[in-house]
Amino acid sequence: MGVEQKLGEMGVVTTTLESAVNWARTNAMWPMLFGLACCAIEMMSAQAASYDMSRFGMELMRPSPRQSDLMIVAGRVSRKMAPVLRRLYDQMPEPKWVIAMGDCASCGGVFNNYAIVQGVDEVVPVDVYVAGCPPRPEALIHGVITLFEKVKAEKFKDLAKA
Amino acid sequence: MSEYQLQEIPVGPYRHLVSERAVSGETMLLNMGPQHPSTHGVLRLLLELDGEVIVNCIPDIGFLHTGVEKNMEAKTYQKAEVMSDRLDYMNNLGNNLAYVMAVEKLIDVDVPPRAQALRVILTELQRIASHLVWLGTSALDLAAMSVFLYCFREREIILDIFEMVSGQRMMTTYFRPGGIWRDVPVEFEAAVRNFIKLFPKRIDEYEALLTNNPIFLDRVAAIGRLSAQDALSYGVTGPNLRASGVDWDLRKARPYMGYEQYEFNVPTNARGDVFARYLVRVQEMRESLKIVEQALNKLPLGPVHSANRKFVPPPRSEIGTSMEALIHHFKLWTEGFPAPRASIYSAVESPRGELGVYLEGDGGPKPYRIHWRTPSYENLEVLPLISKGHLVADLVAIIGSIDIVLGDIDR
Amino acid sequence: MDTRLDKIVKVLQEKAGARCEEFHGEVHVFINAGQVADALTFLRDEHQFSLLSAMTAVDYWPQEKPRFHVIYQLTSLTQNLSIQLRVPVNGDQPRAPTVTHVFAAANWREREIFDMFGIEFEGHPDLRRILMPDDWNGHPLRKDYPLGYEEPQFTFNFEEIDLRKPYAKE
Repeated sequence: MGVEQKLGEMGVVTTTLESAVNWARTNAMWPMLFGLACCAIEMMSAQAASYDMSRFGMELMRPSPRQSDLMIVAGRVSRKMAPVLRRLYDQMPEPKWVIAMGDCASCGGVFNNYAIVQGVDEVVPVDVYVAGCPPRPEALIHGVITLFEKVKAEKFKDLAKA
Repeated sequence: MSEYQLQEIPVGPYRHLVSERAVSGETMLLNMGPQHPSTHGVLRLLLELDGEVIVNCIPDIGFLHTGVEKNMEAKTYQKAEVMSDRLDYMNNLGNNLAYVMAVEKLIDVDVPPRAQALRVILTELQRIASHLVWLGTSALDLAAMSVFLYCFREREIILDIFEMVSGQRMMTTYFRPGGIWRDVPVEFEAAVRNFIKLFPKRIDEYEALLTNNPIFLDRVAAIGRLSAQDALSYGVTGPNLRASGVDWDLRKARPYMGYEQYEFNVPTNARGDVFARYLVRVQEMRESLKIVEQALNKLPLGPVHSANRKFVPPPRSEIGTSMEALIHHFKLWTEGFPAPRASIYSAVESPRGELGVYLEGDGGPKPYRIHWRTPSYENLEVLPLISKGHLVADLVAIIGSIDIVLGDIDR
Repeated sequence: MDTRLDKIVKVLQEKAGARCEEFHGEVHVFINAGQVADALTFLRDEHQFSLLSAMTAVDYWPQEKPRFHVIYQLTSLTQNLSIQLRVPVNGDQPRAPTVTHVFAAANWREREIFDMFGIEFEGHPDLRRILMPDDWNGHPLRKDYPLGYEEPQFTFNFEEIDLRKPYAKE
């Protein structure tokens, strides 16, 4: 406390390293363009002017996995697409997170048959599930903010264990 | 990570589709993979490139195959409609219309005039919404980003109307066999009139940004020419066919849902290139707005469900007083209605072309076979033909102009 | 039926021994596999049925002879007519002739029918799977192919399905 009182007027803020790192990670998390089906249109609506996702740091959607942190799996994943999904997930550098957007990505949705993977968590580990068919852009933004809270609560000792 | 080295695509499996030069290594096989910003969905294209020029283009589809046709065989007619929204996800109400018209043709149920007019209004609004997404995304591919933002701003107004009417922005399942789900609320007319008033100026804005823009014209004029002969042979329908000079629109040729009452033009263009398709679709947005206005002016009063209780559930108010209504309600929602042992084919004009449904009943409550003749399937088939000899950057413009939706193709 | 269609159906009945049925204003003509390519060429050239609107197949298992019907829906733009041709195909070693030389649209449609039903089209330039992965076994739209329904996870069976669900590793 004494340090902050002395240095506060000089424009210096003290914090923990964890908070600083998590703050940096959440403030400019770039999603990867992984729109597959109908949820992709709502993701585009969320990116467009009415429900602006660039307020939350996601100004750009990077098509390349090497340049993104967040993979929003928007849409139904078919058995032919699942290896491609896994490959793209592996190509993303750490730290990376996955949001399963929509019912088809969370649990197979309306389609319980031979062609659709019943839940994208059979292919990649998922951090946040956003329900809806398709989820409203506000629901997607709520999912993104939930992910931010999860990231802000991450501790270094968990990362060190892995 | 190390197993994902850059691998050369072997010519072997595609030997019969590529030219001789690929085998000798003179041309390169490049994968424009399922995840790509400009393919408008999960479409994989194998390009045989001579430098930057495309020698051959081999589409690989099936990455969004959902097994809808088989899954609908396991559900009753009412429950299967839910899956129809999700096929061509830009044209949800249009898919509903195609399915519901097919079921009505099979079981021979009438549709009251108010329901027909409301179906026309909502289908044409959906057509405008679909063309707005097409315009936004294809312009975005050609780096016109403000058009994307403007188009989605207008689309939000239309989606608000859908939400007011059915509770859902996109997958509404609002049309039901024998009518529509329920009547529109009081605010519907004011909202649609407000949209009719502001939309023509907005289309003028998009045209001001693109139609006479020399950069845009350089990118799209004389690219991807499709002749009328080839278009018919490949089964292309919709704006792509009309932009090649053939005047065929199912709303005019085989009018359904009362389209013969409304006056509208069907735009055609003889050039057959990307610019022609752009002009045809922008003009179609204006014509759709005319239809919406006329239908709204002529909107008749009356019931929105057919009176045929064998197939259409009775209103809740009747169930409390009439025994037959209760029995009909019970049978329809537990078992479903039986369809005759026959097959029909019914087609509507979707924003992409002829959306047809082949429906076969077997006397039971579930469809025996349903096949969706989706327009994007045939529309994509011409891509190898019209992209030969163009550059890769032109391919992006061509794919945008064909307006494919992968949910439509892969079903 | 429409008088023009009447004449066309009569010609088909004489030339190809076809049988005709009608339902709700639609004309369905049953024709043999050997004559379908000629019939389609005849309809396209003589009567301007220039658009192959739809091409699909139906499975009538467990009936084996015929097990499948291949369906061709043709549209004439100039005369505004539609006609449907149905070709019965037997169940053991299902085969049908290709019509890609008549309508180019049949190329991908025949690949789809091969993928979904297993009907081989003789003379097709590029017969391989189109919608399913290349190494898939079986033909999904056949009636003896299972739907692939997986038990949904409710609260009462949550743990039991949780244990056997193949979750992805990191």
